[in-house]
Amino acid sequence: MKKLHFLEVEGNTKGFYTFLGLFGLISLIGILSAYYMEHHGHWVTGMSNQVVWGTPHVFAIFLIVAASGALNVASISSVFAKTAYKPLARLSGMLAMALLAGGLVVLLLDLGRPDRLIVAMTKFNFTSIFTWNIILYSGFMGIVGIYLWTMMDRPYNSLTKKAGMVAFIWRLILTTGTGSIFGFLISREAYDSALLAPMFIIMSFSFGLAFFMLVLMGSFKYTQRELGDYTVNRLKNLLGVFVAAVLYFVVIYHLTNLYSADHRGISAFVLAGGGIYTFLFWVVQIVLGSLLPLFLLYGPTGKNRTMIGLASALIILGGLAQLYIIIVGGQAYPMQMFPGMEVSSSFYDGMVASYAPSLPEILLGLGGFGVTLLLVTMAVAALKFLPASLADAVADPHGK
Amino acid sequence: MTINFENKKQQNSEASVESSRRNFIVGSAAVAGIAIAPSVVLYQTAHADSLQNVSAKEGASSKVRWGMLVDTTKDVDWNKCVEACNKEQGLGNEEESRDDQRTQYIRVVDVKNKGTGYSMSLPVMCQHCEQPPCVDVCPTGASMKRPDGIVLVDRHRCIGCRYCMMACPYKARSFVHEVLHDQKEVTPRGKGCVESCNMCVGRIDKGQEPACVEASSGAIVFGDLNDPDSAISKLLKEHGGKQIRADLKLNPAIHYQGI
Repeated sequence: MKKLHFLEVEGNTKGFYTFLGLFGLISLIGILSAYYMEHHGHWVTGMSNQVVWGTPHVFAIFLIVAASGALNVASISSVFAKTAYKPLARLSGMLAMALLAGGLVVLLLDLGRPDRLIVAMTKFNFTSIFTWNIILYSGFMGIVGIYLWTMMDRPYNSLTKKAGMVAFIWRLILTTGTGSIFGFLISREAYDSALLAPMFIIMSFSFGLAFFMLVLMGSFKYTQRELGDYTVNRLKNLLGVFVAAVLYFVVIYHLTNLYSADHRGISAFVLAGGGIYTFLFWVVQIVLGSLLPLFLLYGPTGKNRTMIGLASALIILGGLAQLYIIIVGGQAYPMQMFPGMEVSSSFYDGMVASYAPSLPEILLGLGGFGVTLLLVTMAVAALKFLPASLADAVADPHGK
Repeated sequence: MTINFENKKQQNSEASVESSRRNFIVGSAAVAGIAIAPSVVLYQTAHADSLQNVSAKEGASSKVRWGMLVDTTKDVDWNKCVEACNKEQGLGNEEESRDDQRTQYIRVVDVKNKGTGYSMSLPVMCQHCEQPPCVDVCPTGASMKRPDGIVLVDRHRCIGCRYCMMACPYKARSFVHEVLHDQKEVTPRGKGCVESCNMCVGRIDKGQEPACVEASSGAIVFGDLNDPDSAISKLLKEHGGKQIRADLKLNPAIHYQGI
């Protein structure tokens, strides 16, 4: 194995400014959309008193979940001592922070009163999972920051394993917290399940690694760095395992729901007869977001970089669909205030709530991706996050 | 002459120093007065208030637990309760919001048993749970329960995250989707905050009954659940009552007969 070198991306190039401008523009459009929604009030969105969390939450929670998953590559290197992942650890940590920042920006800007952020930072209610999440998210930033420091500052390299262990444990708790936002809600059938916390953890593995793959392959391609099959194949094989694991949890989630009569309704709704949610489940989440990527990763196209990139993009698309079904579908499905009875009212009791995302909501959500990628672009130019080369001769610990 | 002139100048300058010193002292006294006056007025007001309105000063007491008993078997137009609530709280003044975005503190729910065909209507509002999930999940403590059991939203602390709306098993809460004008003094409502039935807390503190109770022609009985001699406690003891989703064990303060 040759010696590993890290190198900043050359900042003063046309290509760099193009990416900076593109991601900056997406971020700006997102922020302007948020301003539009805040200025007028949420009546300009598709959200209502029935579907109170809409598309911005889908994007925000996707990014937050992916953030903790993106850290996995670093964890495998530091905690599980797999040297093959060591060259990727810095990018992994930095991407995790950037994803979390992107997600939090969206979450914050969709609040009814984002100007009261200071209230959320100073008035805590410790029975609230949200309060715990505020602490978990802030802590994640600090811990991963220190972890990156120990990796990148030679005198502190000896502390990397310890910092990596703390970051790994913290990220598991963090995703448990994100999953528990829903898992602790007794009032709605879709959320009343302890399975949601572990399911969110495995979802984070899958979404985070898919995003990591795209950033890795994209950044190496556009900076003309060599990325060998050894690294890519390891990562894509791992990605396939994660996709299959998410599928397993989805099957178990619906099986347990179908088994108990009082939870049968929501799974029947998602699996059949739920309109857009059923379509998103079977077509986008299962076929496009899970089965097709598995085929692309493990089938005859498994060594084709374009196909691996496509599979990663599809996993992200499927993940967004999965969260849309959980978040929006779970609210659209009528709450069982009088179980077994037919219910109706002026407040839309007993009926499937209608929700169609408005353009500003989608643009704010995409703005979260923009912020993440903008931060990544600036970070790789400012500090040595990317290896100069990941050719097989460099990356393969058993290579010559 | 020159000396005299200089003396005069000196006198003048001393006079001006004296005058500016005097101005400074007067000015300082004025500033101090302006600064202190409101505090004095506030103190006097508070003091007078404490003498005149002892009960309001004491605040809500945990010795009482306010509750309601709704008799759904009575032939009552529940929409009158909704109208009374809207009038009392100043609701229904949204101009831009869609129907599914408008605030409703209390609504009439029609329930039909698919098997037997039996149907009924009942008013549903915040159930003022003893173990309110909205209070548990609120990150800032804006959702709160008074010692007397009334569940409220502190509109100055609510950040509009809507987690309480996700958590409420009664869909009792609404989000203000637009800028509102002409609000009632008793119910300040703001864009971007969550709100719900506050049991007409202002009326209760003045010794009055909630507006919906008053409009219910006796079909809703309001009172102290902790007092065994109150009308509501006696009725509940004699005829019983049910809570919606009692299986969740949140122990709501709103009880129903005939459901």
